[in-house]
Amino acid sequence: MSDLVRNIIRFFLIVFLQVYVLNVMPHLHQLITPYIYFLFILWLPFYIKKGWVLILGFLLGMSIDYYTMTPGLHAAASVLVAFLRPIVINLFAPKDATELSYKEPSPKAMGWTAYLLYALILSFCHNAYLLLLEWISFGSFIHFLMKIIITTAISMLMIVIAELIFPRKLKFRSNTA
Amino acid sequence: MFNIQYSLFNIRYLLFQVRNIFLFIRRFSVFILFLILQIVSLYFLFTYNRSHRAKGLGFAGGITSYFNSKYNLLENFLTMQEENRRVHKLNDSLMNLLNTNFVIVDSGATMALDTLNKDTSGHMRRFVWRSAQVLYSTASSDKNYLQLNRGSSTGIGDDMGVFSSNGGLVGKVINTGENFSEVISLLNVVNKMSVQLKRTGSAGMLSWEGKSPQELTLKNIPKTDSVKRGDTIVTGNYSLSYPPGRLVGTVSKVLRDKASNFFILKIKPTANLTNLQQVFIVENVNQQVQKELDKQTQDMVEKKEALNE
Repeated sequence: MSDLVRNIIRFFLIVFLQVYVLNVMPHLHQLITPYIYFLFILWLPFYIKKGWVLILGFLLGMSIDYYTMTPGLHAAASVLVAFLRPIVINLFAPKDATELSYKEPSPKAMGWTAYLLYALILSFCHNAYLLLLEWISFGSFIHFLMKIIITTAISMLMIVIAELIFPRKLKFRSNTA
Repeated sequence: MFNIQYSLFNIRYLLFQVRNIFLFIRRFSVFILFLILQIVSLYFLFTYNRSHRAKGLGFAGGITSYFNSKYNLLENFLTMQEENRRVHKLNDSLMNLLNTNFVIVDSGATMALDTLNKDTSGHMRRFVWRSAQVLYSTASSDKNYLQLNRGSSTGIGDDMGVFSSNGGLVGKVINTGENFSEVISLLNVVNKMSVQLKRTGSAGMLSWEGKSPQELTLKNIPKTDSVKRGDTIVTGNYSLSYPPGRLVGTVSKVLRDKASNFFILKIKPTANLTNLQQVFIVENVNQQVQKELDKQTQDMVEKKEALNE
């Protein structure tokens, strides 16, 4: 399967997961809103151009927005994630050969610690920005801070579970290996 | 001569500047794209009218509606039994109201209400009820909406009331497409509506604080009223969207606000707002006329005030 087809399928699956499973889930607690759709941006290949990541982030956010009737809310947050992604990857990804032999950011390519930090920073930025935009229209400040922490914890939990369920062994075919 | 040279120099200088601008754009193209996309999304977010969306159920709405109706097929299969029970219960209560259950003692003519706007006995129809199916609804957000499978082509319009299959208030239609409509649920923090306490008749403001879907908040009921747990809350008399006296919920907690003369009541909604399948949409037939009358009156008063000054 080519990267393009793989990512198109992944886009639809992750939007449906967010919209038809996580959004319609019974109300657990007022602080809990599970978000995982930005994992699509986290899993995009290393070699993809920065501009394309931004455009894909915007499309992803808008498709979630059309279901939740909040045009622009998720789009703004996922564009932010798409913008920060290359910067964070530059911070954590090893500069040696692994980046060449692996296609996508994954625990195998970056190591668990670096990968989790990468996911943590991006999901924190996503949730903080999204909830900030929500908080501007409604809510109290303490509630907002609590919600950022708990939502980020839940996002991280789901990302780790996703990594354990779907171990991606994506290597470039090369004659050295 | 000097002039020409000067102007040539000027043009070259200008070209140099233009080139610089292009270089700048190329250098920061990603950041500029980021800014543009951010501005676009924030523009969407902040120009979007919170309770009435002007447009939106267009092309993209059509796609989401398509997937929602597919998803609904599956969901129906899994949850139909519960819904059946509720509908059966409501049917049962209506069965008991049928004319055939009663013996007519009086020898006069029986009265029949039909779907015509006016019948011979002078009754005028005010509300029309239509059934609809819920295609998609969220419950975990602060701002929850429902999507229904009927739209303007089957007589649905903005500002119509929505009730659940067990008769409890659900919300109000805020946007209609051709075949689909969007409803703002009671579980939406921007939704505020006037309801009344059935026993005393005093009106209050119903809202949701975004905490539990089993708990709405009712304010502005004066402390002079006697309110008990279990009191019924019904829709108000003065709404253009809802028939008066329909169930909204029951009082589950009575709190006294020490700073004011009003109660803060916690209301348990009658409709199970997190598990809706079939709903009724209520149309007020005279809504347009009532609204116009209201507007005309306001204009008249304003004119008079202007004349007096």
